[in-house]
Parts: sequence; C-alpha cells; structure tokens
Amino acid sequence: MENMSRRKFLKLGALSAGLVTLAGCATIQKTPIGGGTFEKSSSEEKVGKWGMFIDMSKVDDIDAIAEVCHHEHNVPTIPDKRHEVKWIWAEPFQALFKEITHEGIQEKYADVPFVATCNHCRKPVCVKVCPTQATFQSENGITLQDMHRCIGCRNCMAACPYGSRSFNFVEPRDYIEEVNPEYPTRMKGVVEKCDFCYDRLSKGQMPLCAEKSEGITVGDLDNESSEISKLIRENMTIVRGESYGTEPSCYYKVSLLEGEA
Amino acid sequence: MRKKTNIVVGVLVFLLVVTAPIWLNFGKSAAAEGPEVSLDTPTINALPEDQRKCIYDTEYMRDNHMEILHQWKVQVVRDDNRVMVTPDGREFEMSLQNTCLDCHSNYEDFCKKCHDYNGVDPNCWTCHTNESTQYAGGATADEVNSGEVAS
Amino acid sequence: MIEKTFVKRSGPKYWAWMILLIALIAVGFAAYIYQMTVGFQVTGMSRDISWGLYIGHLTFFVGVAAGGVMIVLPYYFHDAKAYGRITVIGEFLAIAAIIMALLFVVVDVGVPTKIFNVWLYWTPKSMLCWDSLVLPTYLVLNIVVGYQVLQAENKGLHYKKWVKVLAMISVPVAFSIHIVTAFLYSGLPSRHYFLTAVLPAKFLASAFATGPALIILICLLLKKLTGFDAGEKAIKMLATTAIYAYIATMIMMAGEFFTAYYSGVESHQIALTYLFAGYHGHNEFVPLMMFFIVCVVATLVLLIPTKLRYNKATMIVGCIALFLSMYIEKGLTFVIGGLSENPFGEIVDYIPGKIELLVIVGVFAIGLFILSLLLKMVTVVKYDNDEGAFPNKPDRTRLAYRLNEEAGTYVDTRPKPEPEAEEEAEGEAAETAETQA
Repeated sequence: MENMSRRKFLKLGALSAGLVTLAGCATIQKTPIGGGTFEKSSSEEKVGKWGMFIDMSKVDDIDAIAEVCHHEHNVPTIPDKRHEVKWIWAEPFQALFKEITHEGIQEKYADVPFVATCNHCRKPVCVKVCPTQATFQSENGITLQDMHRCIGCRNCMAACPYGSRSFNFVEPRDYIEEVNPEYPTRMKGVVEKCDFCYDRLSKGQMPLCAEKSEGITVGDLDNESSEISKLIRENMTIVRGESYGTEPSCYYKVSLLEGEA
Repeated sequence: MRKKTNIVVGVLVFLLVVTAPIWLNFGKSAAAEGPEVSLDTPTINALPEDQRKCIYDTEYMRDNHMEILHQWKVQVVRDDNRVMVTPDGREFEMSLQNTCLDCHSNYEDFCKKCHDYNGVDPNCWTCHTNESTQYAGGATADEVNSGEVAS
Repeated sequence: MIEKTFVKRSGPKYWAWMILLIALIAVGFAAYIYQMTVGFQVTGMSRDISWGLYIGHLTFFVGVAAGGVMIVLPYYFHDAKAYGRITVIGEFLAIAAIIMALLFVVVDVGVPTKIFNVWLYWTPKSMLCWDSLVLPTYLVLNIVVGYQVLQAENKGLHYKKWVKVLAMISVPVAFSIHIVTAFLYSGLPSRHYFLTAVLPAKFLASAFATGPALIILICLLLKKLTGFDAGEKAIKMLATTAIYAYIATMIMMAGEFFTAYYSGVESHQIALTYLFAGYHGHNEFVPLMMFFIVCVVATLVLLIPTKLRYNKATMIVGCIALFLSMYIEKGLTFVIGGLSENPFGEIVDYIPGKIELLVIVGVFAIGLFILSLLLKMVTVVKYDNDEGAFPNKPDRTRLAYRLNEEAGTYVDTRPKPEPEAEEEAEGEAAETAETQA
C-alpha cells in the first residue's frame, strides 16, 4: 500500500466501486424490504408444464370465449385489423395448419374456424430474442409478458411463428368499452399476449377459456397420468408449425372418423 | 476583451437557467402546508378501528411505498409469489389495483395530493385502474362500471 | 478542433445548408413527438409487419458504417498509403451512420424511456442485446480514432501508437456490427426470407460495396465544393473495391434465387415472388424492384469495365446506381419483404405513414448534419496542413503579394512572381475552399 501511486489508487477505487455496484444490481432481495415474507398462494397446483388440448367438436362459439377472455383481461377491441390486439380468436383451419397436407383432413376442416392463441411453447423463440427478458417462461412453462419491462422493440413479434403477439399501436383504453376493474390495462407501445390466466391458476382456478368451454382442456403435460396427457395419447392430435423447433403446447384434436367433427 | 465579457455573460445566463427551478419555487414549499391526505374511504371506514392498519406503519409506508410496490411487482409478475405476510403475521394479496387501491380508493385525496406536492408523476395509473382513470368517451372507471355511461 | 466547424471560413452556402438541416431535424422531431403521442398507428407497421422502414434503415446504415472499414483496413493493416488522406473520412462517415442507425432504433421502440432496460437486464441470448453493445462500441472507437488522427494532423504530428491499435481493433468490430445485425434476422425460425446462413456474408459484402461507393461520391462532392482532392489512386482503389464487393453480393443474391426456385421449396420463394413479381394480387413492390434491377445492371455495366470505372462521369453514375440498388434491397424491402407473409399465409401490405416518413427525414437530417460538421472539420484541417490535398490552393506568397499590393500596405522588393493566366480562377477556387458545405 505504501508504494501505491495516486493513479493506481484511483483506478483500484473505481474498480471496486464498480464491482460493488454490479454485485448490488445482481442481488435481488427475496424478502420484503420492511420485513415479513413472500409466499405463493396455497391453492396453487404444482405443475411441470402447462398445456392445452383443444377438441373443436366441443367448442361451439370461439367468439364468445374470446369475448369473455378479452373482457376479463381488458383487451381492447380495435376496429383496424392492422392494429388489433387479441389473446384468443378464431382462425380457419387451413390458415393455422398450412403444413398439414393430408387431403382428407384439409377437405374436412379447410374453412372450419379453429381456436388460435399463444402456444406457450416449451422452447419459445420470443423469449430467446427478447432483449430485456420482458417476455419469459414461468417455472411451470407459461410464456409471460412483463409489461413493466417491455420496451416495445417488437422483436418477439417478428420471431413468433404463430402470430400470437399484439403490439399496442394505439392507446388501448380508448377501445375498452367495459372495464374489468380487477385487471390492469396496458399502455401504448408495449407488446401483449395470452397469459394462460396465470393469476387465476395461482388461485387454483382454471383458465377462463377452459372454464367457459368443455372443448378446451388444460393440464400438466409432464404428468403422464394427467387428463390432458391421456387425451393427447388417445386422440389424433396435431400442433401448429412443428418444424420451427419451438415445441408448442397447444394440441388440436382432428379426426376422420364418421360422425366425429 | 469583448470575448471575456461574452464568456462572463454566457456563464451567468447559464447559471440562471440551470438554477431557475430554485428561484421560481423559492419560499413556496416553506409557505405551503404539507398535503392533508384523507383516509376517509368506504373500505377503511368499514374496518374495525383497531384493524385500520396498512402492511407497515404510516411513516414507513410514506417513505418506502414506491420501493415496496416495485418489489411486489417483480415478485408477482416474475416469481409468482402473490402473498405477503407482514412481520405481525397478517396476509395480503400483493396487488396495487386490488389490495392497495381497495382501501385507498380516493385517488384525488390520497395518491395525487402527495405526488403533486412532491412534484412526482408516477405512471402506475396508465395501466392500473383507479377512480380517475379515463376510458372511451372520457368516462371514468366508476361511471363505466356503474352503468352511468352507455358503453 | 471542433471550433473549425463553425468559425470563420464558412461561407453562406455552408450556413444555408446547415440551417436547412436544422429545420428538417425540427420537423422530424415534431413528427416523432406526434408519433409517440398518438402511438405507432401513424406508421405503416402492423400486427403482422412488426418491423418496417425504421428497422430497415437501421440495417442499411449499420452497413454504411461497416463499409467505412474498407478504407481503414487496407490503410492500417496493409499500409495502403493512397488511403492516408481519406481514412478519417471513412471513420467520420461511420460515426454519422452509426448515430443514424442508433436513432432508427430509438424511434422504433414503443417505450423509449425504458430503452436502457436492455443494459439493465442484460440477456446474452438476445441478438438485440449484442447489437446494443457492438454499435456503441464501434461508435466510440471511430470517434476516438478519427478525432485523434485529425487532431494530430492539425498539430502537424503523427498520431500516437495507441490510436493505431484502436483503429486496428475497430476493424473486427466493424465486421461484428453487421454480422450481429444479420443474426437479428437469420435466427428467426419461421421467416424464410431471413432464415439463411448466407445473410451475414451478404450483408457484409453489400456493406463493403455501399460504403466505398458512398465515400467516392462524398470525395467527388468535396472536390467540387471545396477543392479537396482525395487523390486519384484512392478513388480508383475504392471503385475497384466497391465493384468486387458488389459482384460478391450479387452472386449471393443470385444464390438465394437459385436455392428458392430450383429446390422448389415454396416457403423460400414467397418473399422473392412477392417483391419481384407480385403474389396473389399484391404487387406494391414490383415497380421498385424493377428499378432495383435497372440499378443493378447499370452498376455492373458501368463499374466492371476498367475504362468506364475510371472515367469520372460513368464512375459517378455507377456509384449512384450501386448505392440506390443497395438502399432499395437492404433499406427498403428486406425487412418488409421478409415479414409480409404473416403466419396465417396472408400477404400484408405496408403503406408507409406520412409521419413515419417525416421521422425518417429527420434522422437523415441529423446524420447529414453530423457528417457535414465532421467533413467541414476535415477539409479545414487538411487545407491548413496537407500540402497535396488542395491542388488549386493559391500559393501563399503570391496571394500575400497580391493582397498587399491591392491594399497598398507595402511594396515588395522581391522579384515579382511570373504572372499566371489562371490567377483569377485560382482566386475563386480558394474562395470556394473557404465555403465548404
């Protein structure tokens, strides 16, 4: 220390100050700053990977499901198709499944509206490309969007192979007719998407679409004895855009059997 | 010499502009009384007298509520921890909109008064609804939900 | 040294140009404020084409910035002396281009106040994060190197050794900025126009054509406006670099066409078909792409034959055609073309908004403003210190003699210099040199 020049001292000082700051940034406090503890809701089901099984023969009105979902989550209804925000909506089979080439299936379903929503992929590209981790995967495999952190770069939208993401091109509150006071709205300039009713799951409730329609079943894909795993095993199911390596978790039932829609 | 005068005048103008907020507000905060925030809301009044207590004491909340909310938001959104247990064992759902604003439903007389006084403009309410939130047609959330405004 | 950009020796043309740019910047800024007030609905972007002209321009100007390295690399690594006089122009062009590229990111982001979240929540998996690292690094390197080199020249000294080290470091960084920008696209699994391993190489090649072509045009413009002579050899070498890189780019583009149409894989064809021939009745881009083809042919015809390449007039036309073709390909159509087929198999149109175009004009104005300032600095320093850079610069003795004689201040007893026929013309050249715009 005796031989330390002033320059060296300053350099070391700056370095250690920098390191301390970095270390400070890196540690996220896990307990409330004023004392107490954080806890998970006790009613939450332990799930490895949430997934969805969709049997369109049992879904009668996709628009009605969308309306319930969009009202609950304060999703604005924007007339301009280019600026639409949607979490769940109807899309003709052939638009969702361009790659399914089976003639019988394409013939049978071509224009039949199917449920389109976020696939909550096991390996989501949107999460990979997000520069701020605003979109991230929860422990139980749901792809979530942290609106507080989203900077609105729209990289995730360019990356998503399924068109599941919407950007707030306009002030969303101008297009919400009836507000659900229990759920936040969004600000313009951020990206949003289906959140698999993350908040409902933690209260032990099912996602709204699954509650509303018996054609939609959600459950644990990692648990072989779960209802959804059984349904996927026992039925002929397809997923969207398999070749993109994202491993979507929405399974659609199709069938060529007589009498089965 | 002309240059020297220019420099001196320039520096003075710069200092004046930079310190303008001090001069413009001089004496104001000392003269003005601190804001009177109101706790007179239906939810708080419905509580028995001895349970009218926030998660921490008033002093602490006044100084640290922003840090607390920041922490809550990370805990809820990113870590799925939705319950906070206070040091004295009470449980709260961590939600600005559904917990905090349930008691403090008087935005104008609570949040806004103090924020205005301190000259801060947090953007919590661009997303988290409150009584002054504007919706389609300029209606407030209350009006929309009570059906006063045809939606 | 920065004072040289605005004191003395700045003629009315320079001031008028700068004031025009400031006005355009103000217009662009107002347009930007409007965009942020009413939201991105004023742009041509949509739910399907989530990246548009802004990100296209980002890509193009990252290329322009990286292109400057085609002077820096030969000079610092291979001692290409011919470039000695203009390396600083390459570096300063890179500064302006990078600032424009960064501004195109800023105007594209939905919530710009949160933009530093990118550094706060550093995410190595995201290519955008790396872009946010290499772009500012390249900017800083160019500012330091360019300024140090010019300052040394201003003091009549040779630049210091560490400056050369930094200049050498800036070379791989220049490559990295464009490679990372290409990775932004080529890693997206479902965008077939982007999903190609050749993309980083194609971006680099096109940048190495665009940059030199632009520098040639800038040098020739400087010569016309100020009398600054970059040196014939340097210009010729740049033209040769540009056309080689351009041919490489065209080979890769042709390769894209071959792969798409020979393999017959439809998903790889859609964007190309949409851009060049129209697809399912959507043919907005066809006229532009026809103009692109004209530019490509013009470039190849005018710059490949040595005679035409070294002829000033044809070289200028060739360089303009080259620049336009790459601007159309990379700046205007690449991003939009790649996103125009949405995940549901529909083609979505992109109609640029007026506000969006004004914002773009504003960013261009900022870039030109910075470039003009920097080039002004370069020409003034060169005028005072670089003997050969201004061949028409009047002989100081003769000028002093003439001025003194006119003013009648003193009578020179030295023998009168030989009278020259073009003395008048020289006087004019000297005057324009003072009024570089």
